[in-house]
Amino acid sequence: MSQSSFDLIVIGAGPGGYVCAFRAAQLGLNVALIEKHSALGGTCLNVGCIPSKALLHSSEHFAFVRDHASAHGIEVASPKIDIAKLMAKKEAVVTKLTGGVAQLAKARKVKVITGEAKFTDAKTVKVGDESHTAKHIVIATGSAPVELPFMPFDGETVVSSDHAIGFDTVPEKLVVVGGGAIGLELGSVWARLGSEVTVVEFLPQIAGASDKDIVRNFTRILKGQGLTIEVGAKVTGYKDGVLTAERGDEKLSFPADKVLVSVGRRPFTDNLGLETAGVELDEKKRIKVGTKLKTNIDGIYAIGDVVAGPMLAHKAEEDGVAVAEWIAGKAGHINWDLVPAIIYTNPEIAMVGIGEDVAKAAGIKVKVGKFNFAANGRAIAADTDDGFVKIIADAESDKILGAQILGHNAGELISEVVTHMEYGGSAEDLGRTIHAHPTMSEAVKEAGLAVSKCAIHAL
Amino acid sequence: MSLLEVKIPPMGESIVSGVIAQWHVSDGDTVKNGQNLFELETDKITSDGIAEGDGVISLKAAEGAEVKIGEIVATIDPAGSSAAPTDKSESPLKTEAAAPGPGSGSKAQSPAVRRIAAETGVNPTDIKGSGKDGRVTKGDMLAADAARSNKTTEPAQVAANPKSKIVNPKSASGSAKQTRKRMSPLRAKIASRLVEAQQEAAMLTTFNEVDLSAVMGLRKKYQESFVKKNGFKLGFMSFFTKAVVNALKEVPGVNAQIDGNEIVSNHYYDIGVAVSTPKGLMVPVIRDCETKSMAGIESDIAEVAGRARDGKITLADLEGGVFTITNGGIFGSMLSTPILNAPQSAILGLHAINERPMAVNGEVVIRPMMYLALSYDHRLVDGREAVTFLVKVKEAIEDPSRLLLEI
Repeated sequence: MSQSSFDLIVIGAGPGGYVCAFRAAQLGLNVALIEKHSALGGTCLNVGCIPSKALLHSSEHFAFVRDHASAHGIEVASPKIDIAKLMAKKEAVVTKLTGGVAQLAKARKVKVITGEAKFTDAKTVKVGDESHTAKHIVIATGSAPVELPFMPFDGETVVSSDHAIGFDTVPEKLVVVGGGAIGLELGSVWARLGSEVTVVEFLPQIAGASDKDIVRNFTRILKGQGLTIEVGAKVTGYKDGVLTAERGDEKLSFPADKVLVSVGRRPFTDNLGLETAGVELDEKKRIKVGTKLKTNIDGIYAIGDVVAGPMLAHKAEEDGVAVAEWIAGKAGHINWDLVPAIIYTNPEIAMVGIGEDVAKAAGIKVKVGKFNFAANGRAIAADTDDGFVKIIADAESDKILGAQILGHNAGELISEVVTHMEYGGSAEDLGRTIHAHPTMSEAVKEAGLAVSKCAIHAL
Repeated sequence: MSLLEVKIPPMGESIVSGVIAQWHVSDGDTVKNGQNLFELETDKITSDGIAEGDGVISLKAAEGAEVKIGEIVATIDPAGSSAAPTDKSESPLKTEAAAPGPGSGSKAQSPAVRRIAAETGVNPTDIKGSGKDGRVTKGDMLAADAARSNKTTEPAQVAANPKSKIVNPKSASGSAKQTRKRMSPLRAKIASRLVEAQQEAAMLTTFNEVDLSAVMGLRKKYQESFVKKNGFKLGFMSFFTKAVVNALKEVPGVNAQIDGNEIVSNHYYDIGVAVSTPKGLMVPVIRDCETKSMAGIESDIAEVAGRARDGKITLADLEGGVFTITNGGIFGSMLSTPILNAPQSAILGLHAINERPMAVNGEVVIRPMMYLALSYDHRLVDGREAVTFLVKVKEAIEDPSRLLLEI
């Protein structure tokens, strides 16, 4: 049994963990990165964000050729989809990115250790037979899909997103349980490829955190794309190819040859030896952290999906950078109020800060500026004119408190709002910043102007 | 841009400032879009300041204060709260770890901050910023501006109070042997302009008298058909206006004015007609009188005089006249010497029409007579021109067919 020691050990090589390791290495620390899978990148790169985006893009091209090309004068005789090739393309994307992470790790002299890590004490983790000690240990073990106890994953018919990114045939009838980002994205993928997709959501609306006007329009658009949306429905089971649910006294049944359960993710804290190290968890089995992402045990930190907060790769990355800097004695910074969240359907939903509905419910006086892509030249030219931008600003100071965008590439458009917000910017600042023409980003500027009823291209 | 600014609207090129005669609202009042906020007096007109949005108003100028065109005299907060932004209005979600980054003390200012700085004079570098790394945000600027204007408006409001009528403060009994009222800005302006005209010009008045038998005869003969055609009566003013235009053409020296070292000759005939209004004397201008018919001139005068009396006159109505006619006769004046309406060079005063015995062809006859007075700027107009001008007016009135023949 060998032993090696480091300044920092990071457990988990997802976007939180590897970024933390890289940043610490940049700052001169001797870093080990422990990952149980052979490929780095965690859920995000391997079975999450990236492969789903590959599928979304491929399927969008297919849907365009099949449904919209003709309107542009492009005539294609009944296009067909080759699932094997589509999946190979996705795999190539994943391989390229995970390989890139491995290369960067090597170049930054981060020691990558493959295997499952387990604390043996507060300063030591064991991987296989080897023990590794470090002054600082960051837990970045991420999350796993939540199972419904009465219909556990079988990997064949009742599946998680891990499987739904890799079906080898297009399911005839796919029922998606849970209308959040993951369910709607993968539901969109398979709907475009020909599945009859039904989304069953327990809550009264899909895309839960979004404002009602966003959700209303989003639901309309998804229905137009062939998805069936069932809200307020509690799933009760799956038997003999039929998913059953209840809406009050109403019994619902949905024939399904595949059921994707995407009702959330749970923090991955099993078998880490956290009890041995003495690390406390909260009631949801998340690792409890205080200031600077410190756990209750000195020298042990936790970041990303294993702690409270949005389970988003970019949030985990910022956690990772900040904690690396704090460990290195630098002034780490992260603003958890300003974590944008995106649903990568077409159109996308992008959100940051607080929404109009939340503000009003909380009694915060806000002014809202809204601008429709239907009045944006680029959006009209690109056939992406469904949706709108909303800027939510403090009624008195005009400070931007939030933004919600429903539209093509909304995820790209939201960034500038986040930047303005990071600097305490006002809606007027957004409106007085030059935006290139013709771009869809002009709608963001106009929404900023609309806060004070000054939008140029809307009344 | 959360606050709506109430600005003094542009009113024409010759007006650069005015006086807030009266606020119709108080600081902190809730106002509605379209509501009349204040009365603005300039040396020419009185106009109303209208709210362009709903909200709570914050006054930035006191009653009686002189204000410039474009000046912000109030702001309207559409949020409906006059409270200055507080920390509470910052992000409702608390940031746990906001360590200052390396960029502290940046001098870059956001566009909204730059705008407010330019418009209010609040210097962002004097303010402690609440934004990232101490940057000044728009909210910081608005709060600083609000704090500053609260300070400056308070004493002004106190000072404005004495404006409300003080009844003879020296009278022990309090009985009103005198009442005092501050001169209205319009009245003060009229006063100073008249004094200016009197001091600036070499003013002189020439007199004559005119027999109105012919005009009265025409009016009597054609009044019925005139009214039938036009719907209003044929008055005296159109005759005098036409007579003045005719005389100005004959004696162009009167249709000129002094501008510095230069003499400006006017080649148009826009005639001002003095109108008494509850606010004071106003002189709306009747345009292109040389091309207008008698009926056209009569209707123009009626229309513009009505608007002047209703306070609906616009500055454009008052600008650009070359000559003024004032009629003291309607109040019974026998004879007076009008003061020039600067920068014009002459003004014709009309007076009461009285029947007087006149010697005509060796016989005493009773005629409806009016004295005419022409005040003129002797710097520019010679006595010969002035007298000739007035005789031309007299002749045209006594024999209106001259107007037809332009002789």
